[in-house]
Amino acid sequence: MPQPPIVDIDRVSFGYDVARPVLHDVTVRMPQGKVFAIMGQSGCGKTTLLRIIGGALRPTSGTARVLGMDVASLDTGELYALRRKMGMLFQFGALFTDLSVYDNVAFPLHEHTDLPAGVIRDLVLLKLEAVGLRGAAQLRPSELSGGMARRVALARAIALDPKLIMYDEPFTALDPISLGVVTRLIRRLNDSLGATSIVVTHDVAETLPFVDHVFFMADGRVVAEGLPAEVVRAQVPFVTQFVHGSLDGAVPFHFPAPAYPVDLGLEAKV
Amino acid sequence: MGLKEPLQRFGHSMTERILRLGFAARFFAYMLLHSGTALRRFHLTIREIYFAGVLSLIIILVSGLFVGMVLALQGYETLQRYGSSEALGILVALSLVRELGPVVAGLLFASRAGSAITAEIGLMKATEQIAAMEMMAVDPIARVVAPRFWAGVISMPLLAVLFSAMGIFGGYLVGVQLIGVDEGAFWSQMQAKVDFRNDILNGVIKSVVFGIAVTWIAVFEGYDAQPTAEGVSSATTRTVVTSSLAILALDFVLTALMFTGGNAG
Repeated sequence: MPQPPIVDIDRVSFGYDVARPVLHDVTVRMPQGKVFAIMGQSGCGKTTLLRIIGGALRPTSGTARVLGMDVASLDTGELYALRRKMGMLFQFGALFTDLSVYDNVAFPLHEHTDLPAGVIRDLVLLKLEAVGLRGAAQLRPSELSGGMARRVALARAIALDPKLIMYDEPFTALDPISLGVVTRLIRRLNDSLGATSIVVTHDVAETLPFVDHVFFMADGRVVAEGLPAEVVRAQVPFVTQFVHGSLDGAVPFHFPAPAYPVDLGLEAKV
Repeated sequence: MGLKEPLQRFGHSMTERILRLGFAARFFAYMLLHSGTALRRFHLTIREIYFAGVLSLIIILVSGLFVGMVLALQGYETLQRYGSSEALGILVALSLVRELGPVVAGLLFASRAGSAITAEIGLMKATEQIAAMEMMAVDPIARVVAPRFWAGVISMPLLAVLFSAMGIFGGYLVGVQLIGVDEGAFWSQMQAKVDFRNDILNGVIKSVVFGIAVTWIAVFEGYDAQPTAEGVSSATTRTVVTSSLAILALDFVLTALMFTGGNAG
């Protein structure tokens, strides 16, 4: 019997106000154990979708079930209980700047467990070793490079061995070496933890090779999904333009405007 | 017709302010209800007492010293005209413990610690540290805001008392050591006329109220700040301006309640 998906977004719509909907009728299903990418232009609604999955936003319509729970129906206590099974990596790491690397990774363990200090120490070193930064345990976040900060944040995100790990633009402003390290870590940690990962990004070249399944979003809708190679081959106009970075196509180069001669005053308005 | 638009704008602005006040009141109630972590894990609050209180000591002590010295100079000038220069100790002490201690220490606390609290929480919001905490199933109001609030409430009266003590010492230096007022009269009149309950305790109560007001404003402005550099900057300015006005307004109300009628010491 197939397992229910870890994330089951069913016909979800959302808008910060009625006049400007951000998501339209989005349906996304994510079974356990895979790495998913949600890709699209800036402002297409992919981060909003991630925030709905994390319970930070409630859908205007439709249902969002995560780890078997309808996130919109949860009270704060239930939502926090659900979030203990999730890990999230923010765009720039969001490390606590007043804590050392060690204390950042230990933070969720201190907050949610009564483990003895020795066990917490071992766990923190284990997580830091997994991201290759055991030697940086005593550094402050201000002493880390962007890539190292991302890796520490990843160690913190997996501190409680989450079932679902979310990544919000994890590749922003990384050098090629750090980028390669982060992509490998996402894949390796997902597989070793038996977790499900969601990577929200617009970095095509880095993402498509290592994810299992990709959703392409445009204007708040899922316009294509499937195995990365198949989706790219399917010749969906938006996907083709997005993957190749074409100047014009489904997303026009020019913002809608009156005819150029009209704006220049060479022709009368109709 | 010409009045409609300004009236609409005024009405809109008032509605926004009232809404924000309501939001601040709800925030305050939520913070009090979720203060368990700050009190149970008191080391979190102690850490914030260090940042809000201990690091404010220099400015509080130095300001207290100079305010006391100026009070003694000005007070002596006036008192000697009436041949009451030995009452200088009472004048300095009452001015400080009833008014200047709580008020000036409160204003300095708002500028030094209140602005720092707002900026820190605002920057935590701008750099997604608050959002990260929420995603880790940790309530940021309980973990970040409440310890800072209680640290402010605890620090403020202690700073005001130290301000007054340092001011009295400054008054002694100028009045007794520099001008030559009789030392025995300076201290004995102060001891005889300054009442513990009416003067000192009321001054401490004032500083507790100022501590609540300043820290509430500081944490709320930080938490409600727009998560941008400009937003944090505006929130910090609002903290200092609103806190200062709140201190002065509350001081009037508290003084009217404490020191008018037959209650005056």
